[in-house]
Amino acid sequence: MMAQPQSSPKADKAPAIDFDKFNPTRSYTAARKRKDVAMRALIILAFVVALIPLVSVLWTTLVHGARRLNWDFLSHNMTNVIGGNQTPSGGYGGILHAIVGTLEITLGAMVISIPIGVMCAVYLIEYAGGSKLARTIHLLVDVMSGIPSIVAGLFAYSMFAILVGPGTLSGFEGSVALSLLMIPTVVKTTEEMLKIVPNDLREASLALGVTKQRTITKVVLRTALSGIVSGSILAIARVIGETAPLLMTAGYIVSTNANLFSGEMTTLPVYVYQEYSKYHANCPADAGSGCVTGIPMERAWSAALVLIVIVLILNLIGRIVAKVFAPKKK
Amino acid sequence: MGQQIDVNHLNIYYGNFLAVEDVNLHIAANKVTAFIGPSGCGKSTVLRSLDRMHEITPGAHVTGEVLLEGKNLYAKDVDPVAVRRDVGMVFQRPNPFPTMSIRQNVLAGVSLNNRKIAKSDADDLVEWALRGANLWNEVKDRLDNPGIGLSGGQQQRLCIARAVAVHPQVLLMDEPCSALDPISTLAVEDLIEELKSDYTIVIVTHNMQQAARVADYTAFFNLKAVGQPGHLEYFADTSTMFNNPQNEEAERYVSGRFG
Amino acid sequence: MSPMTSASKPSSSSASSLTKPVSGEKADRVFRAVAYACGILILVVLAAVALFLLFRAWPLIGGDQRTNGEVIANFTGGRATNFWGYVGPLLFGTVLVAALALVIAFFVSIGIALFISHYAPKRLAAALSYIVDILAAIPSVIYGLWGGLVLVPAIYPFWNWVAEHLGWIPLFAGPAANPPRTVATVALVLAIMILPIITSITRDIFLQTPKLLEEAALGLGATKWEMIRLSVLPFARSGIVSASMLGLGRALGETMAVLMILSPGLKYSFHLLQASQNQTIAANIAAQYPEADSIGVSVLIGTGLVLFVITFLVNLLARRITEKASK
Repeated sequence: MMAQPQSSPKADKAPAIDFDKFNPTRSYTAARKRKDVAMRALIILAFVVALIPLVSVLWTTLVHGARRLNWDFLSHNMTNVIGGNQTPSGGYGGILHAIVGTLEITLGAMVISIPIGVMCAVYLIEYAGGSKLARTIHLLVDVMSGIPSIVAGLFAYSMFAILVGPGTLSGFEGSVALSLLMIPTVVKTTEEMLKIVPNDLREASLALGVTKQRTITKVVLRTALSGIVSGSILAIARVIGETAPLLMTAGYIVSTNANLFSGEMTTLPVYVYQEYSKYHANCPADAGSGCVTGIPMERAWSAALVLIVIVLILNLIGRIVAKVFAPKKK
Repeated sequence: MGQQIDVNHLNIYYGNFLAVEDVNLHIAANKVTAFIGPSGCGKSTVLRSLDRMHEITPGAHVTGEVLLEGKNLYAKDVDPVAVRRDVGMVFQRPNPFPTMSIRQNVLAGVSLNNRKIAKSDADDLVEWALRGANLWNEVKDRLDNPGIGLSGGQQQRLCIARAVAVHPQVLLMDEPCSALDPISTLAVEDLIEELKSDYTIVIVTHNMQQAARVADYTAFFNLKAVGQPGHLEYFADTSTMFNNPQNEEAERYVSGRFG
Repeated sequence: MSPMTSASKPSSSSASSLTKPVSGEKADRVFRAVAYACGILILVVLAAVALFLLFRAWPLIGGDQRTNGEVIANFTGGRATNFWGYVGPLLFGTVLVAALALVIAFFVSIGIALFISHYAPKRLAAALSYIVDILAAIPSVIYGLWGGLVLVPAIYPFWNWVAEHLGWIPLFAGPAANPPRTVATVALVLAIMILPIITSITRDIFLQTPKLLEEAALGLGATKWEMIRLSVLPFARSGIVSASMLGLGRALGETMAVLMILSPGLKYSFHLLQASQNQTIAANIAAQYPEADSIGVSVLIGTGLVLFVITFLVNLLARRITEKASK
């Protein structure tokens, strides 16, 4: 219907309005104000409430963890550790084997998931455009990022049980489980980075007669490199703290095993959990004052501290890479 | 009835940056006053300072005073929320609440102020406000449809209806037609002409023909250079401003030689 | 083409370079094929997850039901003898804990997100965003450790107070367990863990609220909170829903924090403050797994499959909502 600007509608029969009816009462205005202040207070409170656990987690880990964290702890594994007794080296066992395990298993996961993830994103952004298949894959990547970690563990376990043989446990099996959790993150961050590479760059390169593959590897991926690197580091920081999938795939041992493809391996988070579940160490009645009953908990805290430090440093590096080397947005 | 506004020695700051310098202005009741001037001269900022809307930018503050019928809007005990109820505002682009029906949009302001409104009172108010905004005949059969289903010009008139439903004394319009097609613009301009019997209207516009068509008085804002504060260069009744301005800059501007 | 490259080629190529394969054509095709394969691999992997789990859980469906029943009876102390009788209480516990965590985290997350997007000064807001990210980065095993050793003893007085004063509500029926290795405590820890997810998504959407809508509300004389209610929350509605679903998905699958804190039980029980009432699927798998025999593992994998399907659906729903809203 067309506007009728010429008519003067107020003339005919606009209802007469007693505006006093709609005027706010003084008490209601005050009530509105009180509500506004109350909501502001609640919102600030929500924030403070969330800070409490964060501060508490970081603080207690730092305080408890620092007690047993020394070179001996970092350079020994758990062989020859009997109850709460001191080991010959004067320590109470350590996390060397767990650090080795964490590094190798995470490295394995990286080697599997970063190439796959990056290439999948390349397919989605550079080749598939907005095709139906691409949209389905995109959606499934999102959904995949929500798979519970324990299901990833069960998957790797089942796969190796079927393909290799029942009861197989190895570090690589853990890597496979972690890749399942890592691939979606890598795909998603790479996609985001490829999207902000300006189309002009691609067209300029293609117009020079450069093949698509070289355009992608030499121009597009290079431009997006910092984002991909920082995204991958953040993905690593995520999976490096995973426990549940490794419990059932990599197992748990007390000695150092450097072979990713054979034998059980311990990682830091699993170590934390195992020490936590021991609860108390035995101290025979004739043991000296060097025997500490609560040593498993103290070891758990110290390993947790090392883990938190690794995760936070990885996070920091990822953020710095993203910030410093970020391509300038338009 | 509309109320008059007196602006005395108004300086507007964003943080440490002085955006507008020493504005002195009398805005007459029940008249249309237009603000014109080149981009960045601070005309929108001054308009927004009249209902303290500029304060939603962090760090914004003013010195000087704005008197609404003699009452300083920037006095310590004045609540900006109450100011905005007395001084309504219509924005550059129509902005009805997307999740609300036409009826709910019109009632949005009053339902903030009152907990319970009798349905018949609400019906009357909706009809009154929509008639006031020249929109009643077009939407009376679909008041429960979403407000964003309307055309751009209808949406803008809906926003005007929403503003007048609160029954303000003053109506501020920040380039209300800049996003509208010519026909909708005409409809809104005619509406402004009708509304001034009930409200004091201040309108910012980039379109000088529009200022010449709708305004009784015109204020010309200018700035000395980019990065310098804007200021009120010249104020006159509209016919003087456009036919015989006593100010060189204003003459250059209205004759289209700069800006 | 530069003269160098054309010179290095056989002379015939200059005439028909438009149709003849140029150098790099093969690499181009291989690269494309690899990219395509990686895309398809995502589909394959997801299908493989379902298939391998199904295959490993098969003895449960196709195997001897008598042995299955014995294994399950062994797991449950004779309380259940078939799979659905076993997975039922687990599923109930999983959903109960996750839903509680969501209820707790929801309001706090929205509050923090609003604080960051609309209340805090800019510089403070950036710092807060970083803090929320740290909260997200802390591994779950550390939350479990902290929950088990710090929170459990610290929170007992509070739960005890709740049980005494609100005990007339069946949910809070006392006596509160001491140590409180209960659903209530676990839900609290899970809430802390999913808080950063919900916060960061909703914060981004709150920040996208059109300035125009906020001004519309303020121009009518709305207070800040009324502006948020009129403009920000309606605009962000679908984002809030999908963020909550993602948080829920995370809470459903969380293992370690539950495993390390909860004293498990297999009841259909709403007694949040009492110990040994419920258990979640994920924690149950991790707890029973080390001692399970082959059929036991099949049963556990069967429960894992149920968990997979549920989280898959929750996540799918969440993404669908986001997708629809962004159109």
